[in-house]
Amino acid sequence: MNGEQNKKLALQFKNVDFHYRNAAGEIPILKNMNLSVADGGFVSIIGASGSGKSTIFRLIVGLEERTGGSIYLNEKQVADRPGKVGYMPQQDLLMPWRTVLQNAALPLELQKENHLDRGTVQNLLEAFGLKGYEDKYPHELSGGMRQRVSFLRATLSGSNVLLLDEPFSALDAMTKLFMQEWLLEQWEQQQSTILFITHDISEALFLSDRIFVITETPFTTLKEIEVPLERPRRQHDLDKKEVAELKNNLLEQFRMRV
Amino acid sequence: MKNYLYSIILITIFLFIWEAGARFVDTSFILPAPAEIAMKIWELKAELLLHHLPITLAVIAIGLGISLVLGIILATSMNISKTLEQAIYPVLITSQTIPIIALAPIFVLWFGYSIWSKVIVTIIITFFPITVSTFDGFRSASKELKELFQTLGASKRQLFFKLEVPSALPSFFSGLKVAVPMSVIGSAIGEWLGAQAGLGYFSRRMMTQFNGAGVFAPIVVLSLIGILLFTSVVLLEKFILKWRRS
Ligand SMILES: Nc1ncnc2c1ncn2[C@@H]1O[C@H](COP(=O)(O)OP(=O)(O)OP(=O)(O)O)[C@@H](O)[C@H]1O
Ligand SMILES: [Mg+2]
Repeated sequence: MNGEQNKKLALQFKNVDFHYRNAAGEIPILKNMNLSVADGGFVSIIGASGSGKSTIFRLIVGLEERTGGSIYLNEKQVADRPGKVGYMPQQDLLMPWRTVLQNAALPLELQKENHLDRGTVQNLLEAFGLKGYEDKYPHELSGGMRQRVSFLRATLSGSNVLLLDEPFSALDAMTKLFMQEWLLEQWEQQQSTILFITHDISEALFLSDRIFVITETPFTTLKEIEVPLERPRRQHDLDKKEVAELKNNLLEQFRMRV
Repeated sequence: MKNYLYSIILITIFLFIWEAGARFVDTSFILPAPAEIAMKIWELKAELLLHHLPITLAVIAIGLGISLVLGIILATSMNISKTLEQAIYPVLITSQTIPIIALAPIFVLWFGYSIWSKVIVTIIITFFPITVSTFDGFRSASKELKELFQTLGASKRQLFFKLEVPSALPSFFSGLKVAVPMSVIGSAIGEWLGAQAGLGYFSRRMMTQFNGAGVFAPIVVLSLIGILLFTSVVLLEKFILKWRRS
């Protein structure tokens, strides 16, 4: 993206350390890690299973406490991070006893400083293709719809930063392609910053401005790759020569590690 | 109605065998025939339904009511504090090893023939399934959802009312469905062991008079109460847990 230098940073890690602890001792995941994401960017994180992708998100939302360093959100160090970022966890996590509308509006109920009103929710429901489903329960929805409700809920946390942890991994291939295009549309309209975890290299290439690759664990930096594609994008853009080469390179890297 | 067809057939067959067996044995104070019992109920309907039934119903209602309050308070306390859980849980289990029948005469000594000796028996039998199932229900709240609430900045109170309570409801109702028939048994045992009125008491009095049909008549009424209460709980559950209907 042009003018990246002048842009504000939505998210920044400065020398962040983190390890899990279990009976056998410490499991280091982040070592003195640095990372920055420009405001309005779409960034994917890819890496092998267990490499620490979800851990990065858990640190950002405050579910795990870093052991060193600092994390900045919109260039401010936030002590009390809960409620400050929209987080869509790895599973869709809808509450079976709440309707679509009630599930989506959860942030409005829980966050004191959330000033979005029901009208906004109604409008967004329509934009998210959920109109007419407001009063349905989660088990009455398709997988793609459940993901959209979950994404809507993350959006309604009112933050400009959205963390999406493998949102489409459970969907069939067709639905997935459709949801990817839909997600880009939403992102362009809302001008939010999206961090997107995925295992799917094509998905990362299609969606992102930049891709962070976790090459080893624990990690200090993530390998950063610029995606050489203009927007708006179409799925067949992935067949372009330089993108195809990039994809093969990435695949090769992962193959070496397995 | 169709769902009950097979059980109705089964019960009918059972009643026929019983009727035949009773006529064959022909000692009605040991084995009264179903028809004889039905006739007895009809004959005693005023005494059973107007005099003894209200007293037993009061025992059931008060006992179940206190069990509900007690069970929910205990389950909530154990859910809130690990220390309380460690303190209460073993006591809870121990309370269920008490042989109530052996202890009931003592309740009669304490409370006399008042309603409270029967209520206590009912409470001891029914609060356990309610407490344990509600507590398990609280704990069944998914860890991932808890974390999601946390990331949205939910308070402890919000977490409890908006996540833990709804998560506990299905399990709570399962416990209630176990407790309701047991409350009928509890009231009957209580009255059997010391009372001056009530269906359990009446059954026992008939026993001393070798009136077989008279023993069974109030028992049939008790069992109908149990079925009725159980059905009400199922309906209430269906209404409250609408989202489970697919
Ligand atoms: N609570 C925990 N205690 C101890 N170790 C943990 C804990 N949570 C995760 N880990 C370990 O930390 C590592 C990183 O986990 P993480 O969930 O971040 O991986 P991931 O990259 O998101 O994997 P996946 O692609 O499978 O979701 C894994 O090896 C995992 O076993
Ligand atoms: Mg993960």
